[in-house]
Amino acid sequence: MASYSTNEFKSGLKVMLDGEPCTILENEFVKPGKGQAFNRVKLRNLKTNRVSEKTFKSGDSLEGADIVDREMQYLYNDGEFFHFMEPDSFEQHQASSTTVGDAALWLKEQDMCMVMLFNGAPLAVTPPNFVDLEIVETEPGVRGDTATGGTKPARLSTGAVAKVPLFVNQGEIIRCDTRTGEYVSRVKG
Amino acid sequence: MRQATARGSTVTAAQRWRPTAPLANLRRRAQIVGAIRAYFAAQGVLEVETPQIGSATVSDPHLNSLYVAGYGYLQTSPEYAMKRLLAAGSGSIYQLARVFRADEHGRRHQPEFTLLEWYRLGYSLERLIDEVGSIARLALGDLPSERQRYRDLFQRYLGLDPLRCELSALRSAAEHLDLAFDDADRDTWLELLMSAVIEPQLGRNVLSFVVDYPPSQAALARLRRDADGELVAARFELYFAGVELANGYHELADADEQRARFATDLQTRAALGLPAVALDGDFLAALSAGLPDCSGVALGLDRLIMLAVGAQSLAEVMAFAVPWGELDASA
Repeated sequence: MASYSTNEFKSGLKVMLDGEPCTILENEFVKPGKGQAFNRVKLRNLKTNRVSEKTFKSGDSLEGADIVDREMQYLYNDGEFFHFMEPDSFEQHQASSTTVGDAALWLKEQDMCMVMLFNGAPLAVTPPNFVDLEIVETEPGVRGDTATGGTKPARLSTGAVAKVPLFVNQGEIIRCDTRTGEYVSRVKG
Repeated sequence: MRQATARGSTVTAAQRWRPTAPLANLRRRAQIVGAIRAYFAAQGVLEVETPQIGSATVSDPHLNSLYVAGYGYLQTSPEYAMKRLLAAGSGSIYQLARVFRADEHGRRHQPEFTLLEWYRLGYSLERLIDEVGSIARLALGDLPSERQRYRDLFQRYLGLDPLRCELSALRSAAEHLDLAFDDADRDTWLELLMSAVIEPQLGRNVLSFVVDYPPSQAALARLRRDADGELVAARFELYFAGVELANGYHELADADEQRARFATDLQTRAALGLPAVALDGDFLAALSAGLPDCSGVALGLDRLIMLAVGAQSLAEVMAFAVPWGELDASA
C-alpha cells in the first residue's frame, strides 16, 4: 500500500492507524509563526466506528488501508455467517453477525448491498437506502383511517421493527428508509 | 463533478470560475490596503518591491520553499532582500509582498499569500509594537492592547516554566492532544503547546502581543536579557481572536552570528532529512557591510482582512484561493 503524508490527508482517505483501518474525516493544519507545523486530524475507526482526534507533525505519513467498497448480492444467513456474492465474478464472501451489525435488520435475500472489504475480507455492510419488506406482525388495520396520522409498531420479515400508519396491514409490503428506519410508503404488490 | 472547497461545502464545476471571496470583502480589502499605504506615506516610510524569485532562500527548517527549475526559489518572505536595501542606506521601508510557502494549506494558510513587511530604523521593539497596534487598528477598529511574556503565558495556561521545566513535563501537558508522534526536540513541544493550547486563548477583544521568546526560537532576532535576567529573543508576535497576525524582531545585525544560525539550520535540515537550501550570500555580505540598528515585522495581510470582515478562512478574503486538495502533488 502507498503511504500518505499529512498534506494528502483528505476527507475520505483510508489509512492505517495503530494497526486499525480508519477513514479521515477532517484535517486542520496548525502552525505557529516560526517552527514546527502540526495537523489535527479527525478519524473514524472503520472497525469500531469510533471517532477520535490525533495530532501529527506535518510531513509525517501513514500507510494507506486496503479498503474497497463492492456492490454485492446478499445470498443467505446460515445461522453463523452472512453470505454475499460479487455479481460479476460470482466470488462469494462470508461475514460474521458482528461485522454485519444492525445492517442485518434490513438485509433481504437477493437484494444488492454495499460490502466494505478490508484486506479482501468484509469489514462492514451497508444495506440499500430503501428496501421493500413484508410486514409479518402488526395490530389489525383501521379501515379508512388515512388521516389521523397515528402509528403502530410493525415487525418486518427481516426482524426490523418500524412505525407504520394505522391503515397498513399484516402481509403487506412496505418501503422503508434504512438510514432512519422509517416507513416511506406501501408497495403495491 | 463536485469539488470540495476550503470551507468543506461543495461547489459545482460550473461555478468553479467564481471568486472564492465575496466582492464586498474584496472592496474592504482594497480599502484596508489603501489605508496602510496612506499611513506609511504620511510617516515617510518608503514603499519598495523586491524579487519574488531568487537564487537563494530561507534556511529555516520549518519553511519549505517552492523551487522553479532554471529560475530559483519563490521567496517565503522578502526579509533578506529588504535588509540588503537597509544596508545600502534606504532608510525605513515597507513592502506588500506576495510570498510562497510549500506544504502550508488550511483555513488560515494558503501556499501563496501577502505579507505586509516593514523595517524601522532606530526603533526599539517596544516602539515597533506600538506601531503594529496602529496598523492593526486601521483594519480592526479601536481596540486596547496588552503585552504578555511567553514565559508568563506558559505559567498561566499550563503551570510550566517553558525555559526550565523537564521535557517530560511538556510532553505530558500535550498528552490530551492525542499525539501520533514523539519528539526529542524541546521546541517541538513548546510550539505544539503554544499553537494548540495557548494561541486559541489570546486576543479576545484585545490586541495581544507576546514578547520575550525562548532564545531557541530567535530566528533573525537579537538576544537580550528580560526583566528577570533571563536570556530571551527580542521577538514579538501579535495575536487577535486566537489568530497569529504578526511576527517582529529587533533585527540581528551581527553577520557572524547570522552565519552561525544558518549553519545550525542546515544541520537541523540534514538531521530531519530535509533538502539543503542555497544560502543567501548577498544577505550575509550586506550584514557584514553593516545593517543599521532597526526593528522589523511581517504581518499577514490576508489574515488581518479576514479578521476585519469576520471571516473564518483566508479563502473568503482572497479573490482566488487554492481550494483544499487541489495542489499539484508533483510540483
